[in-house]
Amino acid sequence: MTDSKYFTTTKKGEIFELKAELNSDKKEKKKEAVKKVIASMTVGKDVSALFPDVVNCMQTDNLELKKLVYLYLMNYAKSQPDMAIMAVNTFVKDCEDPNPLIRALAVRTMGCIRVDKITEYLCEPLRKCLKDEDPYVRKTAAVCVAKLHDINAQLVEDQGFLDTLKDLISDSNPMVVANAVAALSEIAESHPNSNLLDLNPQSINKLLTALNECTEWGQIFILDCLANYTPRDDRESQSICERVTPRLSHANSAVVLSAVKVLMKFMEMLPKDLDYYGTLLKKLAPPLVTLLSAEPELQYVALRNINLIVQKRPEILKHEMKVFFVKYNDPIYVKLEKLDIMIRLASQANIAQVLAELKEYATEVDVDFVRKAVRAIGRCAIKVEQSAERCVSTLLDLIQTKVNYVVQEAIVVIKDIFRKYPNKYESVIATLCENLDSLDEPEARAAMIWIVGEYAERIDNADELLESFLEGFHDESTQVQLQLLTAIVKLFLKKPTETQELVQQVLSLATQDSDNPDLRDRGYIYWRLLSTDPVAAKEVVLAEKPLISEETDLIEPTLLEELICHIGTLASVYHKPPSAFVEGSRGVMHKRLPARTGSGEGTECPDVGNAAGGSAPEAAPSIIPSQGDLLGDLLNLDLAPPTTTGPTPSTSGMQMGGMDLLGGGLDSLMDESEPLGGDIGGSPAMGAGFGAAPTVMPASLNAPVGGGLGDLFDLGGGVGMPMGAYIPPKTVWLPAMKAKGLEISGTFARRAGVIQMELVLTNKAMSVMTDFAIQFNRNSFGLAPAGPLQVLTPLGPNQTIEVSLPLSTVGPVMKMDPLNNLQVAVKNNIDVFYFSCQYPISMLFVEDGKMERQVFLATWKDIPNDNESQFQIQDCHLNSEAASNKLQGSNIFTIAKRTVEGQDMLYMSIKLSNGIWVLAELKVQAGNPNYTISLKCRAPEVSQCVFQCYEAVLKN
Amino acid sequence: MINSLFLINPSGEMFLEKHWKSVVSRSVCDYFLEAKEKALEPEDVPPVIHTPHHYLISIYRDKLFFLSVIQTEVPPLFVIEFLHRVAEMIQDYFGECSETVVKDHMVMVYELLEEMLDNGFPLATESNVLKEMIRPPTILRSVVNTLTGTSNVGDTLLTGQLSTIPWRRAGVRYTNNEAYFDVVEEIDAILDQSGTTVFAEIQGVVEACVKLSGMPDLTLSFMNPRLLDDVSFHPCVRYKLWESERVLSFIPPDGNFTLMTYHVNAQNLVAIPVYVKQSISFFECGSDGRLDVTVGPKQTMGKTVEGVMVTVHLPKTILSINLTATQGSYTYDNGTKLLVWDIGKLNPQKLPNLRGSLSLQAGAPKPEENPSLNIDLKIQQLAISGLKVNRLDMFGEKYKPFKGVKYITKAGKFQVRT
Repeated sequence: MTDSKYFTTTKKGEIFELKAELNSDKKEKKKEAVKKVIASMTVGKDVSALFPDVVNCMQTDNLELKKLVYLYLMNYAKSQPDMAIMAVNTFVKDCEDPNPLIRALAVRTMGCIRVDKITEYLCEPLRKCLKDEDPYVRKTAAVCVAKLHDINAQLVEDQGFLDTLKDLISDSNPMVVANAVAALSEIAESHPNSNLLDLNPQSINKLLTALNECTEWGQIFILDCLANYTPRDDRESQSICERVTPRLSHANSAVVLSAVKVLMKFMEMLPKDLDYYGTLLKKLAPPLVTLLSAEPELQYVALRNINLIVQKRPEILKHEMKVFFVKYNDPIYVKLEKLDIMIRLASQANIAQVLAELKEYATEVDVDFVRKAVRAIGRCAIKVEQSAERCVSTLLDLIQTKVNYVVQEAIVVIKDIFRKYPNKYESVIATLCENLDSLDEPEARAAMIWIVGEYAERIDNADELLESFLEGFHDESTQVQLQLLTAIVKLFLKKPTETQELVQQVLSLATQDSDNPDLRDRGYIYWRLLSTDPVAAKEVVLAEKPLISEETDLIEPTLLEELICHIGTLASVYHKPPSAFVEGSRGVMHKRLPARTGSGEGTECPDVGNAAGGSAPEAAPSIIPSQGDLLGDLLNLDLAPPTTTGPTPSTSGMQMGGMDLLGGGLDSLMDESEPLGGDIGGSPAMGAGFGAAPTVMPASLNAPVGGGLGDLFDLGGGVGMPMGAYIPPKTVWLPAMKAKGLEISGTFARRAGVIQMELVLTNKAMSVMTDFAIQFNRNSFGLAPAGPLQVLTPLGPNQTIEVSLPLSTVGPVMKMDPLNNLQVAVKNNIDVFYFSCQYPISMLFVEDGKMERQVFLATWKDIPNDNESQFQIQDCHLNSEAASNKLQGSNIFTIAKRTVEGQDMLYMSIKLSNGIWVLAELKVQAGNPNYTISLKCRAPEVSQCVFQCYEAVLKN
Repeated sequence: MINSLFLINPSGEMFLEKHWKSVVSRSVCDYFLEAKEKALEPEDVPPVIHTPHHYLISIYRDKLFFLSVIQTEVPPLFVIEFLHRVAEMIQDYFGECSETVVKDHMVMVYELLEEMLDNGFPLATESNVLKEMIRPPTILRSVVNTLTGTSNVGDTLLTGQLSTIPWRRAGVRYTNNEAYFDVVEEIDAILDQSGTTVFAEIQGVVEACVKLSGMPDLTLSFMNPRLLDDVSFHPCVRYKLWESERVLSFIPPDGNFTLMTYHVNAQNLVAIPVYVKQSISFFECGSDGRLDVTVGPKQTMGKTVEGVMVTVHLPKTILSINLTATQGSYTYDNGTKLLVWDIGKLNPQKLPNLRGSLSLQAGAPKPEENPSLNIDLKIQQLAISGLKVNRLDMFGEKYKPFKGVKYITKAGKFQVRT
């Protein structure tokens, strides 16, 4: 007997028939009728007309019938709100039923009836159920609060349900706890700043206890909630990790991944030298591998997450390459993800295996997959230098297969290999040229043309090859056209005698017949360059190219950190922060990993999750504008077309113009992109550098000719001899009074890159002191003694000894106030003594703190203005040169100097031992003893300390 | 949390919808159907799809799509796991998971779905608990129900739902108390042309069928638990005891359940039970090719290999094939180009061989890809990793149960490249 009988209809009409049955006196008939109604409903038929008849069946003690009616109600109450009111009384009555199952069912169903009028009646029963003696009812009521919140958030707040819900987190029953957490998490999503889940060590403890006892789904909610907590210190972090690790062996993959999230986040706080840290890393690998043997959909989500984990902590899975090998019947979405991870894990140790696999994949059926596999081979070559040769020969093998798309992909990646290892593999060019005709995709054509242009001198018939492309110039895509233009110009510069005609042809095609501004402008620039100064043209066009980096598709570190905090969520599948796609993400908070090595502000932040917009714990990497970008800008300058159209308009005036075009253009570009001066345009120093602009100079370039940056660049190594680093005088840190006769004074110094703590120990007591030892409390920059305190001989009464203690910066980190405060414990045979001292932050300035100018410009621009702080240094009588020398002694490097209206502007960079960069601008006015200094840093907290150093260094 | 569930058949028809929050229009599935159109195979539909207002997370199982609609940030694995539970529940209740079965038991499936989630939060997903609330259909019960008018829905509060052991129902009584364990191991392997192992691992699972009265507390120990370094357990297993003593201590759910899954991927431990000699070649000119496959036993630990089956996806340009098998029979579907050779038991004295010619469509070029061979096999009474159960002890109850352990090794994703 199956339910399909419920779909049979009679002639009289279904609804009519059902109505009669629903009103039947016989219980059994009634139930069958309701079942028929439900069956119709599930397949999407409209049976709302039966509403009153079905609701009439509600008053029954038959639980199945009751449940069926409730099912119906939930579906149709919204469309019949007035009728739904009829049901309210039954609900209220059921909420008082002695059977907890019925109480729970009533409150659960009521929450699902999304009718405003009903919600008013719901409040009282719900309040009672939240405090019900039966945990089953409480757990159901907890979810009901979330339902009600979805319908009427204000009502829930007014009625105080949120507080009751918070109390349920401490409930004695783990299921109730889990449901309360789940409900609160859902509510919190629409109230990002409500602090609903205010976690403290006590509540964390409750959650961890419930974690062991609740259902698998509850575990997911609790783990996700735990992940939002920031432990106070590494000890708490470790203890949470220890209690979460057993979840890695759960059969439910969602539990496993949520546990991985918690561990990945809290691990961040554990000191790396801790044994437990290593153990934890080892424990993470097997569960991740196991996820890959699950159903393909689970694998996909797992792989997207593993992709993040591998980028953050490659060591976890570095020995597990084989599990990512592709099986031919994996769904395509799994294959592509596996391939990605294989490349990320590729290293010298396993490259042979990886290549053999990739070669195998390149002969598969699926075109997308094959292409990606070929590309992967190229990426391996670039990533693992030792394998480059093998990769190239594999690619050549693949080209021999003559499979069209394989050949094209191979050529695209070989181009990149040439870029990475110039003058190494050019012997293969001949093979590539054989395949010229089969290339029909723009990217492959462009790559091939680039190769021909770049190695024109080695290819005998380069001109013929390029000429053959030129025939269909206008049918090519922009990418190919641009590449062809550049390639022919390169060819001309290398073999000027034979190719003059060709270059004229391409220049006129690009400048006259094309309506693409990029192409036209690049054409003009080349034209002008070639016609005015071929030597300069050579320098520009054939300039050495910067090497391409190994990993081009790594996720940016700050985004990666945020995504790590979102492991297991949709964000981790899309590799985008939730704010980028979650519908109605009302100010979704940005999550950050807790800090270990940073300046420490992360660790003491009450809730790192809320630290949106706060400074990154570690100095974020500066974004380096690649040469390409600048060049791109240069080419995009919209030049006015020259009045002369002839190919060689080489008058002397033009020559001048050509020079200026580039010289001035570059400078002005730099000026525009640099925020240092601010008022460059109006300054009288401008425009003096170069002569009058030639008449054909485009108007846009007229105003800021020459200028600041030219000056900046000239500075070069013009900084004088560095002087020694500033060392503050010794001060008494521990008076003898407080330390049973031991007096300690000291200072800090940086000598040859090593931070030294220089101590003077004086024994002012009557007895001999021995067994000295020293320890530091955790501090902002992780300072720790690099060795034991070397006091070898006993210290007799009234004796003094000078010791210097080398320090390292890899100790545990905690933010101190003030930032440069250091708490020290010194032990001797008598007792342990504690004191605190402040170190000049300048001893943390490292020797390689000199930034590249371009990087400096970009970084300065990149740091938000809020992070800039200005200070005055009074009464300093050094000129800028002397100041700069003095500062350099303390590893404050002057990168550039500019003089504007008698005021010297010094641009300086400092790198702290923990990788934080500080950029500074020092204004020195001749004759004015007051300097102005502006500091920009991603961690603005350090600015004050840095300023103190400036003051100390400059005044001593 | 999970908003709605749609069950969709391979032709794209939605035959069941269930909403746990407000009703989401069916039209949301259009995005899914679009993605399905694009995919070559139903397996290739991406599991997570982003639409302007919703996320669609789907699984493809038993030739059905289970599509869930969510609106907020929900862990996708949570949703996928849940969808698999739904499929398992249907399988468990009605013996199979198919469109017909769901349509036949529409109301019961609907009632079950209602019990499984509340407002999108999982409520009762343990089969033990569900079965107590909504009894699975049996012929006898439907007869009794019609006669007496009692229902399929339990009306007492389930003790199991709230105790710390939610997976076991209370008051279990059997006249024959028995506990059976099946150790099933699947070999996942990739072999290359020359027969060298590229990759091999064992996916093991311990399936239990426990029918014991009362509240038995079981301890299962292995002869060589060190083999297992990567395990996941049913929630009933006490993890601490496993960590410290390497024994499985648990109060079992009633009936069938998966006690543990494990994973052995240390290469040297994975024995490959068969070898395959194959050559599939196409002549450079002409439109012909040859296929020659031989299967033989390799490391079988003295057991017989049975149920051997070789599956090959031949290239699309194949027109017809003409093969002879020395043992077993082969079938070939020209539509899907799927060649299945069912060998049966492997006889070491006389190795089965399949050979013959392949003809390509006229004018078609030599196929670019090399088809892989998929091998199926079964070995009774052997866990290929060498795992052995030592003993099973029972505490907490007085009676003496029947106990039994069965081992079986199968091929999982066992592929030979050509």
